[in-house]
Amino acid sequence: MAFEIAPDCRYAENHEWICVEGDTATIGISDYAQQELTDVVYVELPEVGQSFGQGEPFAVVESVKAASDVFMPVAGEVIEVNASLEDAPEFVNDDPYGDGWFVRIRIADPGELDGLMDPDAYRAYVAAQAS
Amino acid sequence: MSKRTPLYAEHQALDARMTDFAGWEMPVSYPAGPLAEHARVREALGLFDLSHMGQVAVSGPDALAFLQHLATANIARIREGEAGYAPLCYADGGLVDDAFVYHLPGRYLVVVNAANAEKDLRWFDYQRSGFDVTIEDLSEQTCMLALQGPRAQEALQPLTPLPLEELGYHRVAEGQVAGAQMAIGRTGYTGEDGFELYLRAEVAVAVWRALLAAGAPLGLLPIGLAARDSLRFEPCMPLYGHELGPDITPLEAGLGWAVALKKGPFIGREALLKERLEGSARKLVGFEMTERSVPRHGMEIEIGGAICGHVTSGLYAPTLDQFLGMAYVPAEQAAVGAEIGIVIRGRTRAARIVKRPFYTPSYRR
Repeated sequence: MAFEIAPDCRYAENHEWICVEGDTATIGISDYAQQELTDVVYVELPEVGQSFGQGEPFAVVESVKAASDVFMPVAGEVIEVNASLEDAPEFVNDDPYGDGWFVRIRIADPGELDGLMDPDAYRAYVAAQAS
Repeated sequence: MSKRTPLYAEHQALDARMTDFAGWEMPVSYPAGPLAEHARVREALGLFDLSHMGQVAVSGPDALAFLQHLATANIARIREGEAGYAPLCYADGGLVDDAFVYHLPGRYLVVVNAANAEKDLRWFDYQRSGFDVTIEDLSEQTCMLALQGPRAQEALQPLTPLPLEELGYHRVAEGQVAGAQMAIGRTGYTGEDGFELYLRAEVAVAVWRALLAAGAPLGLLPIGLAARDSLRFEPCMPLYGHELGPDITPLEAGLGWAVALKKGPFIGREALLKERLEGSARKLVGFEMTERSVPRHGMEIEIGGAICGHVTSGLYAPTLDQFLGMAYVPAEQAAVGAEIGIVIRGRTRAARIVKRPFYTPSYRR
């Protein structure tokens, strides 16, 4: 299965990506994850101002088949949510690293980023999972 | 280990995503995706491998009497060359299964749910004493395909000498398709016109390929189980394990039209007659989410602060672009227009009871 991996992001084991900009970051799910989910029909997002620990579920993505939790790659406070997903959940499928982003957060502990995978490590991780 | 249909390699070649369903490794979707597959069946044409379904041939002098004993519907009304829907009940009115019965020359072909096939056969065996019948499990050697959508006849006609224009809704005939002998029913589970084909497993690959090729110019897509579910959901066709089960009666499920209380004795008649006279305690309703969220099987229904039912199926309905569900609620709270709550991940979301079906089937009659 062919899938894209954005070069400027880091990745968590549950297939979330995080793209860091200073002390904030944007979070979404990977191209591999959206392909595994198939068509996304609904995304339940958190409220701005909510804080989550690393690995905590912060959103729910509903595909045709089932609901799946989306987990925080690092701890942080939600400073913006992608409200356009309410009317256009298909952005998650069509543009997972762009219009399909989920939330922006203020990072609580930048040290947690070190535990995430870089694109090469994530590619190897997915290949190992798929085989 | 999961069972595989004769078309497993064909699904792999089409890059299908496979899932385990009722002990079978089945395609859940193909690369087009469930929403595109759903739309294609509504607008044009789709091809389904349904070989996991069970097929039982019932023949012999008492075949009709035996099926009348098992089914709540009046099987005598299914004349040769016709097909009909048949709920099967326990003595307490709970559902053993729901079947489709095809009346072929000299025998009935009873098509049952994959998950229930073994149980049904044991049930038939327990009930057969006193009936001069032959019961044959054909599931292993039979492949079932469905060709569904408004362009189904156009795609199938060039492959068969049978005049399909004359094969009306819920009719069945035996004949050749792509050179292979089979039973062809004008039946389906999508709310669209179409055909279900019952053929020998050895010819399945050749027939599957012939149908794919014949349908391609008409927009045919192979369809997985995800779209099969959303296609049957919109016209509110019940699914065993969801709307139907051993603790649910056909009257509760809104299948009163398939319960022929006056046809004579059958298993479950006393219980269903009592329920008909006294009224059902609960009813299957359809609802739309007025607050966006996806209702799912098993979620609780809240009315006036009390939990009083559960969701049987729920999903995003692609044709209607709405979040819809079906649920059992107390009969006195089942009125169309009533406001109800669906407990979704600990939060109660607003919904409203609406008329079923959500989508009106467009059959040829």
